[in-house]
Amino acid sequence: MAILVIAEHDNQSLKAATLNTVGAAAQLGGEVHVLVAGAGCGAVGEAATKIAGVAKVLVCDAPHYEAQGAENVAELVKGLAGGYSHILAAATPAGKNMAPRVAALLDVAQISEIVAVEAPDTFVRPIYAGNALATVKSADAVKVITVRTTAFEAAGEGGAAAVESVPAAADLGLSALVSRELVKSERPELGAAKVIVAGGRGLGSAENFHGLLEPLADKLGAAIGASRAAVDAGYCPNDYQVGQTGKVVAPQLYIAVGVSGAIQHLAGMKDSKVIVAINKDPDAPIFQVADYGLVGDLFQVVPELTAAIG
Amino acid sequence: MKILVPVKRVVDYNVKVRVKADGSGVDIANVKMSMNPFDEIGVEEAVRLKEAAVATEVVAVSCGLAASQETLRAAMAMGADRGILVETDAELQPLAVAKLLKAVCDKEQPQLVICGKQAIDDDANQTGQMLAALAGWPQATFASKVSIADGKASVMREIDGGVETLSVTLPAVVTTDLRLNEPRYATLPNIMKAKKKPLETVKPADLGVDVAPRLATLKVSEPAQRKAGEMVADVAQLVDKLKNVAKVI
Repeated sequence: MAILVIAEHDNQSLKAATLNTVGAAAQLGGEVHVLVAGAGCGAVGEAATKIAGVAKVLVCDAPHYEAQGAENVAELVKGLAGGYSHILAAATPAGKNMAPRVAALLDVAQISEIVAVEAPDTFVRPIYAGNALATVKSADAVKVITVRTTAFEAAGEGGAAAVESVPAAADLGLSALVSRELVKSERPELGAAKVIVAGGRGLGSAENFHGLLEPLADKLGAAIGASRAAVDAGYCPNDYQVGQTGKVVAPQLYIAVGVSGAIQHLAGMKDSKVIVAINKDPDAPIFQVADYGLVGDLFQVVPELTAAIG
Repeated sequence: MKILVPVKRVVDYNVKVRVKADGSGVDIANVKMSMNPFDEIGVEEAVRLKEAAVATEVVAVSCGLAASQETLRAAMAMGADRGILVETDAELQPLAVAKLLKAVCDKEQPQLVICGKQAIDDDANQTGQMLAALAGWPQATFASKVSIADGKASVMREIDGGVETLSVTLPAVVTTDLRLNEPRYATLPNIMKAKKKPLETVKPADLGVDVAPRLATLKVSEPAQRKAGEMVADVAQLVDKLKNVAKVI
């Protein structure tokens, strides 16, 4: 049976998370199809045909998919589900919003944020903020799954899939998008960055947060992340938040500055390859997961570190 | 307008759970339990809507063990008017809870259901969306601001890279994000008063819902432990390690 991957996009370009989801789909064994639902999303469909390992791209172009509201897209996916053994979406805010709705419409369980595929019906997923890993087996006819993107390699380029246009489902008219405000950033996206510099409450103010972390991030070509404490204190916008309830990241290098290391924060970053912690409290829990720890005053250490990286 | 608030009894968020040696699950015997933090935010939002005279009644619902009564009492101490416990010893997965909540909604006819965005034990993030699907209602997940006017809810949601505002028709399901509000503490007089508020108990069978789990848990294991790290004395040593040992910069 074939596998359907629901593409994440903004009607202009495909989001990187889709590539990791195709990477996970490839491990299931079966023909991989990608669904692009949107309005004026032809270019996205075109981009999806080039993903290695994709056999077919289904494009559903209709005005009521412009905002990709969960209600309408789930209805569309429900209609397509008959031919598929698995339906996958990335475990991003968009995927988490839609996939459970699809599952309930199909009367099947949804398997959230898988980090490994053991068999086509058996998956590993973290529970209790990543403090335990559960291996679960699904007996449902269609497996609806969200994929933790940092746990799977992104599919490469080189595909040559065919595009097939699929008819739209009726507009349910339950929900309308009023506005969307995206934070503009010159930095790499948090989820895809190779290096992340993250700040916590220890930075003390928004001025310090930006003033100290940005020069260091610039030198390293890094994205900036934050603990919940830093976000709640208003040092930075909430989409910087790394943790159980924010973004889950796994960069090559994660530098935690003034972050104590609460369970909820560790759940979002403990799969990073190398973790560096800079904190004045030698007992901070962050040092238990850090590969390199430096006890010191971050107001002194961070500028020194910025200067030392040539 | 009536608001329904589902609440879940979970291991307290400060507890670091341990995996059982036989891999059958995590050890939750004798650990502190409390209301799922996202559900507290849901109760707070419902109570605020009542205080703003938008809502007339707030009903808290919990599905699970008899001990979930404590969680309902906690919701009532925060300001919910009454509680409904769907009592069962069975393992409940999100689809089953969504079906139970759908049955409760059929009976209670709320205009708004405010769920937490996820429970901190199974980290599923499914129930609100599933309830919306089963009821055929719109959903507004990960809400950081909710306002109600003219039979519609305007909800600001946290999305990847920013925020968006949706307008959804009522009845609807909203799921809470952390920044929606700061839940209040229950005062002692309110905790005492909550003991007198009505609490109705029903069984899944009374609601005609099959709660059999769809996913079998084969095993639960500890995540791979990170290798012990080392402390460095100064910035020069740190940079040297990152460049020459870890080779990440």
